Amino acid sequence: MTEQEIGADETVLRVVRSGDGSAAVRAEEAAVGSARVSRLFPAADEQIGGLETFAPTDVERAKARRQGIARTIFMLMAFSLVIPVILILGYLVVKAWPVLSWSFLVTNPENRMTAGGIWAPLVGTFCLVLMSLLIAAPIGVLAGVYLNEYTGDNWLRRVISLGVMNLAGVPSIVHGLFGVGAFVYFAHMQRSLLAAACTVAVMTLPVIITSTREALASVPMSFREACWNLGASRWQTIRTIVLPNSISGILTGVILQVSRAAGETAPILFTGAVFYARVADHGFASWAPYGPSDKFMALSYHLFTLSTSVKDVSEGLQFSTAVVLVALVLAFNSLSIFLRVYLRARKKW
Amino acid sequence: MIEVAAKPHIQFEDVTVRYGAKVALRGVSLEIPRREIFGIIGPANSGKTTFLKCINRMIDFVAGAKVEGKVSVGEEDVRRIRNVYSLRRKIGMVFPLPVGLPLTVYDNVAYAPRMAGMSNRGELDELVEKCLRQAMLWDEVKERLNSLGTKLSGGQQQRLTLARALSLRPEILCLDEFSIAIDPVTTMKIEDVLLELKKEMTIVLVTNLLQQARRLADRTAFFNSSELVEVGPTEKMFEGPENPLTLDYVSGSFG
Repeated sequence: MTEQEIGADETVLRVVRSGDGSAAVRAEEAAVGSARVSRLFPAADEQIGGLETFAPTDVERAKARRQGIARTIFMLMAFSLVIPVILILGYLVVKAWPVLSWSFLVTNPENRMTAGGIWAPLVGTFCLVLMSLLIAAPIGVLAGVYLNEYTGDNWLRRVISLGVMNLAGVPSIVHGLFGVGAFVYFAHMQRSLLAAACTVAVMTLPVIITSTREALASVPMSFREACWNLGASRWQTIRTIVLPNSISGILTGVILQVSRAAGETAPILFTGAVFYARVADHGFASWAPYGPSDKFMALSYHLFTLSTSVKDVSEGLQFSTAVVLVALVLAFNSLSIFLRVYLRARKKW
Repeated sequence: MIEVAAKPHIQFEDVTVRYGAKVALRGVSLEIPRREIFGIIGPANSGKTTFLKCINRMIDFVAGAKVEGKVSVGEEDVRRIRNVYSLRRKIGMVFPLPVGLPLTVYDNVAYAPRMAGMSNRGELDELVEKCLRQAMLWDEVKERLNSLGTKLSGGQQQRLTLARALSLRPEILCLDEFSIAIDPVTTMKIEDVLLELKKEMTIVLVTNLLQQARRLADRTAFFNSSELVEVGPTEKMFEGPENPLTLDYVSGSFG
């Protein structure tokens, strides 16, 4: 039946109905309706209510096939990320296994670095990370709050944002050279833990600022407006609503930068890290091994010197140093994941 | 008793608001006396919400908004007020989209008083209960004052917003479509409360429910495409408005 025919039929039906209005007419009317449906949905012709109704058509089968292919490709790409991680970790651990032990962690390098452990570089890295965090976290978080909460979209904010972005793009070796000029010589810090920590802080700042801003921006604007409506000042709004609801994102950003600081070599190369600086490995003195003005050993630099400048060093020593460094970084990362999960569980909207 | 010719509570003198090139409010002059319910009706995008935002200077937060003319609350030109927080504390605002702050129900209502420096737990308890009762929410949430305000249903959050707006005992209460998510029975109860509240505060009621304006408002203003078309006693606005546009709108043949 064509469209015109149906239209004509309906006109006829209406005429007929006004005549006697019998049941037969209504049945005919229903038949016209179903004819129209079956033209649009061929499957509807087959037993209504039976399984046939949901049998896939060719179009649907092709769609499912394409979707399957696409999903496989995406999955393989995602999974290919995991392979290098497993390979790197597996290789490192296998090579390092004979040397790894508790005493390896807590003894100083000995015998011109060819024996002993990594106590001094381990605590050196800890001190470096802690100190750079103490410098970078307050500056970065407060700057992020200022940029996201206090300034409108004006030239000042654009200049600062541009600065932050460019700072993030500076290679770490250039940060190292800047540290030499600015902290070691200009600020008279000499080559020291403090100078290295400042350099690392400058390097980590941009990402801390950026992640702080993103965390703050994830708090809906409507909350702030509701608070302002109630006569709360900007600072009251930030303190009571914005910060408590963005702290997980802020902490995550900060901790991820800590792990980056722990792994970097270039910025400490010229600013304070040294080939050898023995520290106490037992007793009270071992708890405060380096002062801010001391030169220090660090894991990343230690690994570098072991691999390049020390003669007759066993392979196991290098690999176990690498394992400890990677483990340290992963530990920081897991801490940040744990914190994020924990704080997000308390999320309130 | 001698009735002093009271100055209007809210006064707009030739106020124009621009968002960039777009004019949101054009040359509006209007007076709202103390302790009346002032209804504002008009189609979407006619400047009703902008009008409210001028009263408590929330317009400051709208990027690119420029205000000309003079808005006075009481005796004061609002744009000259240094301490804008004290102005906002005098004015309760309820916007159409309910926003429960990510705090408990109790803390939501106690938020504004606390920010204004009130800390006595007993007084706060009393105030929270009173405001929640006025917003017709108390019976539903009295068992769970410590659950999150953001977890309430849409209609409950809207009443929570109303309770929050009342928490500072404002002089002026601005309601922008306060009842869109609230069921009709509860809306009626809240309307009764508003009539009661009128004794102590000025209420500006923006509404798309013409019957609501008719039931509640002492006077009504009709806005259309950023302009004030007509203002007058509610009865006159609905029975025999002067402007044909108003007649069309209230009779439902436009808008």
